[in-house]
Amino acid sequence: MNARAAAIEVSHLVTHYGARKILDDISFAAGEGEVMVIMGGSGSGKSTLLRHLLGLNRPTSGSIKLLGKDITQLTADEMYDLRKNMGVAFQGGALFNSMTVGENVELPLREHTALDDNTIRIMSRMKLEVVNLAGFENLMPAELSGGMIKRAALARAIVMDPKLLFFDEPSAGLDPVVSAELDELILTLRDAMSMSIVVVTHELESAFKIADRITVLDQGRILMSDTAAAVRASEHPRIRALLDRTPRHETVDPEEYMERLTREILG
Amino acid sequence: MNIEIREQAPFSVVTLGGDVDMHSSRQVRQQLLDCLARKQPLLVDLAAVTYMDSSGVASLVESFQVARKQGSEFALASVARPVMAVLKLARLDTVFPIYTSVEERLARVD
Repeated sequence: MNARAAAIEVSHLVTHYGARKILDDISFAAGEGEVMVIMGGSGSGKSTLLRHLLGLNRPTSGSIKLLGKDITQLTADEMYDLRKNMGVAFQGGALFNSMTVGENVELPLREHTALDDNTIRIMSRMKLEVVNLAGFENLMPAELSGGMIKRAALARAIVMDPKLLFFDEPSAGLDPVVSAELDELILTLRDAMSMSIVVVTHELESAFKIADRITVLDQGRILMSDTAAAVRASEHPRIRALLDRTPRHETVDPEEYMERLTREILG
Repeated sequence: MNIEIREQAPFSVVTLGGDVDMHSSRQVRQQLLDCLARKQPLLVDLAAVTYMDSSGVASLVESFQVARKQGSEFALASVARPVMAVLKLARLDTVFPIYTSVEERLARVD
């Protein structure tokens, strides 16, 4: 870790869904004002890791410190307060379909602040300007394209000027130009607001463009957590496979596999 | 956050200091709008601002627009670096009249 204070510090995180271990001994840290990309293929555990970072799931063991607070130990009230410093842009946008774009973006301010209505509306429009959706505040989410939904979700995620921003698959389903624009925007937010940003993605090009540090997950374990340059230069065969897009051939542990298929069925 | 208002003819000079955030920006907004209600030209000195979030910027935007509508002057002076970054994010650095210092603007008074 460099000299900057850690915005995110995950130590020995272990999680299960039922009996199945999803994340195994995950430790990494991201500094203030850094973009940390969590990379991995489908089923690598990156979405599960994100859910835990957001405090949506409780881990089996280990700790997750956000802005110096271990969220596995916080009360609901403390977590509520911390969340005011966290913005999340979900993969599908998660906009409320019955509300206009503007109302969606204003929502966190109406929920969490006592600001004047004029201030709230100006703040929301400023963020729509930032994500290039100026003038679209009166549209309904159903009237937006996929890229516009992502950008509206990002506007809502940053409307409170969070210290921590989480962005799930910013590039998924977008054309390369729109995707590149979102990448630029992430870097702008980091630089202008000193936001610490966690991006979950499986898009390599995007990952290397925006990342200060990359954490590579594979089958629930960390293969590597280092600078983007170090990851790119890595000789680790699984990282190479991910970077060079070669299909994986998992070795099957027959014992474990049969147990998984038949557990609670055959006694 | 602290806020000081002094008269330096023909301007009211509003000096902000510390963190202008969601807790303090309501007060900033109110003070600026009160000054504008007296139809005074306003200089907002931001040299001592350590942090300004977008609620602070929104208060400046609203005040500036009120000033424009009533035809009175509204300008920013000594914009500290963290504030400039936030203004730039929404391209507002090209919208507000910005002076390097209050003195620079006062020196131009005929």
